Amino acid sequence: MKLLLLATLNGITLAALYFIVASGFTLIFGMMRVVNLAHGSLYLIGAYIGHDVAALSGSFPLALAGGAIGAALVGMAIHYFLLDRYQGDDLRQALVTIGLSIIAADLLLARYGGLSYQFELPEMFYGSMPLPIVGGYPIFRIVLIGLAIAVYLALWLLVQRTRFGIMIRAGVDDRHMLGAIGVNVPLISTLVFGLGAALVGFAGVVGSSALSIAPGEDARYLLSSLVVVIVGGMGSLPGAAIGALLVGLAEQIGLAYFPTYSIILSFVIMVAVLAWRPYGLLGRPA
Amino acid sequence: MSPWLGRALLASALLVYPHLATDFWVVSVGAYAMVLGIIALSLTFLTAYGGMISMAQMATAGAAGYALAIFSAHSASAGMALLPWPWAVGVAIAVGTLTGILIGIVAVRSHGIYMLMSTLAVAMIMFYLAQQNTTILHGFDGFSGVAVPRVGGVSLREPLPFYFLCLTSAALLYALVIYLVRVPFGLVIQGIRDDPLRMASLGYRVWLHQVMAFAVAGFIAAVGGVLSLWYHGGISPGSIGITATVNVLIVAVIGGLGHPRGAFIGALVFVLLQNFAVDLVGSDRYNTLIGFVFLVIVMASPDGLTGLWRRLRGMRKGAPDAGVVTQKL
Repeated sequence: MKLLLLATLNGITLAALYFIVASGFTLIFGMMRVVNLAHGSLYLIGAYIGHDVAALSGSFPLALAGGAIGAALVGMAIHYFLLDRYQGDDLRQALVTIGLSIIAADLLLARYGGLSYQFELPEMFYGSMPLPIVGGYPIFRIVLIGLAIAVYLALWLLVQRTRFGIMIRAGVDDRHMLGAIGVNVPLISTLVFGLGAALVGFAGVVGSSALSIAPGEDARYLLSSLVVVIVGGMGSLPGAAIGALLVGLAEQIGLAYFPTYSIILSFVIMVAVLAWRPYGLLGRPA
Repeated sequence: MSPWLGRALLASALLVYPHLATDFWVVSVGAYAMVLGIIALSLTFLTAYGGMISMAQMATAGAAGYALAIFSAHSASAGMALLPWPWAVGVAIAVGTLTGILIGIVAVRSHGIYMLMSTLAVAMIMFYLAQQNTTILHGFDGFSGVAVPRVGGVSLREPLPFYFLCLTSAALLYALVIYLVRVPFGLVIQGIRDDPLRMASLGYRVWLHQVMAFAVAGFIAAVGGVLSLWYHGGISPGSIGITATVNVLIVAVIGGLGHPRGAFIGALVFVLLQNFAVDLVGSDRYNTLIGFVFLVIVMASPDGLTGLWRRLRGMRKGAPDAGVVTQKL
């Protein structure tokens, strides 16, 4: 019982992190049909920039902002200089982002080496919160769950209740029409790409505070984003939340009960969803 | 120059040069480019004729490699093989083909860029499975010291026998692809690539043909996986990791996704880059160079070097621009 409860809590924590990462991925795809396979690299870039900022300033909130802004700038540059020109040619855009992810992984390895880094968290995040049955649970992980809920609400408000959000949704439905009524679609696209990158950069700092940063993490978060959005449905925010919960729980419960085969559980979920609903639980055909 | 003269020249060069060159050029360049080319050929076959893109071809090759390693003598098996090598190779190729079919069944639920994503996810799940499974797949270490069979007293590990084994396999598989795309099965595949709805209306089972294309690709990749295991003498999760997975795509894209010959041209360029990048950028940063070359080719010529060549020739003859593969997908 205690094991199951602990695995569930860990699963929800992981789901929170996966959700923040995948929300950026799904936002970018929803608006531009760009499959950003450099998403994992942006996670690492955010994490490393956050680490550098924290090392220089000693402030965790500054590190969060630094990681998000740094990743956003890199993301906007990628979109503006390399991706926008191939609008509509989605395979070419995916290939460009693959090329970028190889270069980024290698350059980050050159700059930061193969060691893993960890953050010094503010005092208030240390310690654990007393809970029934499991005893205690680290406070930072509970904060992480709170952060994911905050990100969800903020994105929901942004997309549903602001003028910018209306433009994004209009762009998802019909780019050309949106351009025809006088909206600067390339600018909106670059901003959305920056927002998606900011989310994953933010997740990079948060994730490497809860876990650690090391080369290879980019592939791990790219995989989690892929599975989350395949399960939840590309471009759907609630879909990303459901997908993240399913994948996070499957991963942790699998690890607790059958460690050498746990990854198969993610695979089974993905295959089951593809068989039942090829566009994901909440997705719709392109 | 007539095409047959060119082919005869190429064939005689491939047959003669290993007798003149050093082992480095025969094995590390020639044979390895063939092995990589075979695995990339399985992707090019799917893309050029099926309009499908699979990121799981390295994982398929790896499944065959793992199967062969399990049944062969290796450093953890005290010199004992579970099966005689011809049987083990048969099992490995069957496992690879079956993996191709299973991946195909999952992959054909989605199309285009979605297929790229779902196959990439499958490939990475297979990588993490190989890494976390210690009971059968030996976890992080994988298999090393895998015995390479001896045929008639000659070890297939020797440079010349291994080179000719790779060359023969590559030539046969290339011929298989060229043959398949001309028989009804291949024509149906190409029909589905161009217009799945019309083929369905004509009464063809679209998904079954697509899964069969994945089976063929799985078979090709499995042969590549067997040769790759013998070339490296072992296999570990890294052999099917994200870098290896992406390398297959890089090879196919550099060569050109539009024609099977692109796989081998891309493999040769890739292997040369890998070996000589040390002189250009130092031994550490060669991935940056590879990524950069890939990026330039993707941006300048989406159908790779073969496409570039075709377009240059087309320009001279005033022929219309060759179709761009990426837009067909």
